Amino acid sequence: MTKSILQLDHVGVRFDALRAVDDVSLDVRRGERRAIIGPNGAGKTTLFNAITGVVPPSSGRVVFEGRNITHAPPHRRADWGISRTFQITNLFPSLTVRQNMELAIRGLTPRKFSFFGSPAATDEERAQADSALTLSRLAARADSAVNELSYGEQRQLEIAMALAPNPRLLLLDEPAAGLSPAERVIVANIIRALPKDITIVLIEHDMDLVLSLVDWVTCLNNGQFLAEGTPADIRNNADIQNVYLGKARHHA
Amino acid sequence: MATPISQAAPSYEARTRPSHVVGWIALAAVALIALPLVLPSYQVSITTQILIFSVLAMSIDVLAGYGGRTTLGHGAIFGASTYVVIYWTAVLGGGIWTGVALGILCATLLAAVFALLAIRTSGVYFLLLTLALGMIVWGLCLRWTSVTGGENGLRGIGRPEFIADHISFYYAVLLVVAPVTWAMWRFVHSPFGLTLRGIRDSESRMRSLGYNVPLHLFIAFVASGFFAGIAGALYALFNNFVSPSTVQLSQSVAALLMAITGGVGTLLGSFVGATLIIALENVVSAFTARWPTVLGVTFVLIMIFAPEGVVGRVRILLSRRRKRQSSESLN
Repeated sequence: MTKSILQLDHVGVRFDALRAVDDVSLDVRRGERRAIIGPNGAGKTTLFNAITGVVPPSSGRVVFEGRNITHAPPHRRADWGISRTFQITNLFPSLTVRQNMELAIRGLTPRKFSFFGSPAATDEERAQADSALTLSRLAARADSAVNELSYGEQRQLEIAMALAPNPRLLLLDEPAAGLSPAERVIVANIIRALPKDITIVLIEHDMDLVLSLVDWVTCLNNGQFLAEGTPADIRNNADIQNVYLGKARHHA
Repeated sequence: MATPISQAAPSYEARTRPSHVVGWIALAAVALIALPLVLPSYQVSITTQILIFSVLAMSIDVLAGYGGRTTLGHGAIFGASTYVVIYWTAVLGGGIWTGVALGILCATLLAAVFALLAIRTSGVYFLLLTLALGMIVWGLCLRWTSVTGGENGLRGIGRPEFIADHISFYYAVLLVVAPVTWAMWRFVHSPFGLTLRGIRDSESRMRSLGYNVPLHLFIAFVASGFFAGIAGALYALFNNFVSPSTVQLSQSVAALLMAITGGVGTLLGSFVGATLIIALENVVSAFTARWPTVLGVTFVLIMIFAPEGVVGRVRILLSRRRKRQSSESLN
């Protein structure tokens, strides 16, 4: 259990002169639930992009399960067991929920290269889709078109699609972004009930939500590592209160 | 332009009942088989042309309607096949069936080259790149006089005896087009076809799900080029003549317009589109030589009033009616 699954070793991502992520090192243990917090522009999503390969790091190393994946393309990383959701809902809107799930499952199977095969899901695919949809509490909507789902349901489908390929590392980029308080509770419950063998790294703005879900928190500010600790530590950390909680309180 | 077209693709499944589909297909088959018995021979020849161009339009639809990549290079791929067939038979004196095979092979290889160069782009950039690649092929056919005959083109050696007359050639083309259409239908409705629709909707999501997006698009482009090559080889037999006008831009535009008129992302809409465009061309040509102008105006009108095409429009109307009926039956 204490073995690390994901290591970031002095990772930096630069866009010309801007250091979006600046020399960040992390160590996520297998089975851990980790939150990455920080104010807007702290580099959280860029860090996710560096982990998933959307934006390759300009310096440092990303190591997943002992394998250096720093320069691997996103689809290879998916193959190795990394899965993610998107901050801005990123689904296949012209397809049905089921078709979205089928695409999510077939990404890692040779069936994606079936050129003349039947489009119908195999029993195995169906079972896999149903289990991910049940975990995301979306089973009842399986046959709907994605563009008929409510925004909250679309966020649930985001999670279901990331879960479908049975990842070992799940990256959730603000899963509750834009949701009503009632919908946030649903998403929080979904995340809390996810199988414990999936390592989860979570970006979230809602502090109450995030601190109740994870066992370790990393705080970024201006692309740099600021602090880390247990949720209780974070609540009492003066630096974090200054850059993050303090500000939020002023606005509230 | 490219993006709106692919977005206009129907966002709902064709929920037509299977029994209806079988009925329609049987009806279409009977009509296609019976046509030469009722039509004069000139119109049989036009129908043959429609069948050939339907295949070209469908090959474009595979990329435009399913992969979300609108191409203007398929006229060149199609015409390359025509050139090879006629060059092989008329200049080199080779056999017709070897020629057809070589034509399709060359078109497929040309598509692979196009794909390697264009596949990492999308939208307007993809459109312009395929256009430019098509222009290169056209320039080559125009200037490489020793091989292509330049502007004079190349004349073929005619069709083999048993398909020499219009009617038997029509049936021969039908015999090829039917299984090719079925193959394309299976192709776009396969798991791979669903992958293409996923790429059309969101490439970033597809990548994060483990899909090597450029590889899938490359395969789709090459397959599409293979089908365009079949159409081009049939056209060599049909026309018995090839010149730079076979590979020129307006060929690509006309074929794309057929796909759009029928409905991008409907595949079989290409038959409707090809019928309408070729019929229009024949009617217009009787009155004026300004066919390209009419074609352009038609394009504009369709993009404004029915960007989803004829079959796409019909599907929308049908699904609305079905929804209304089902909500009425609930009340």
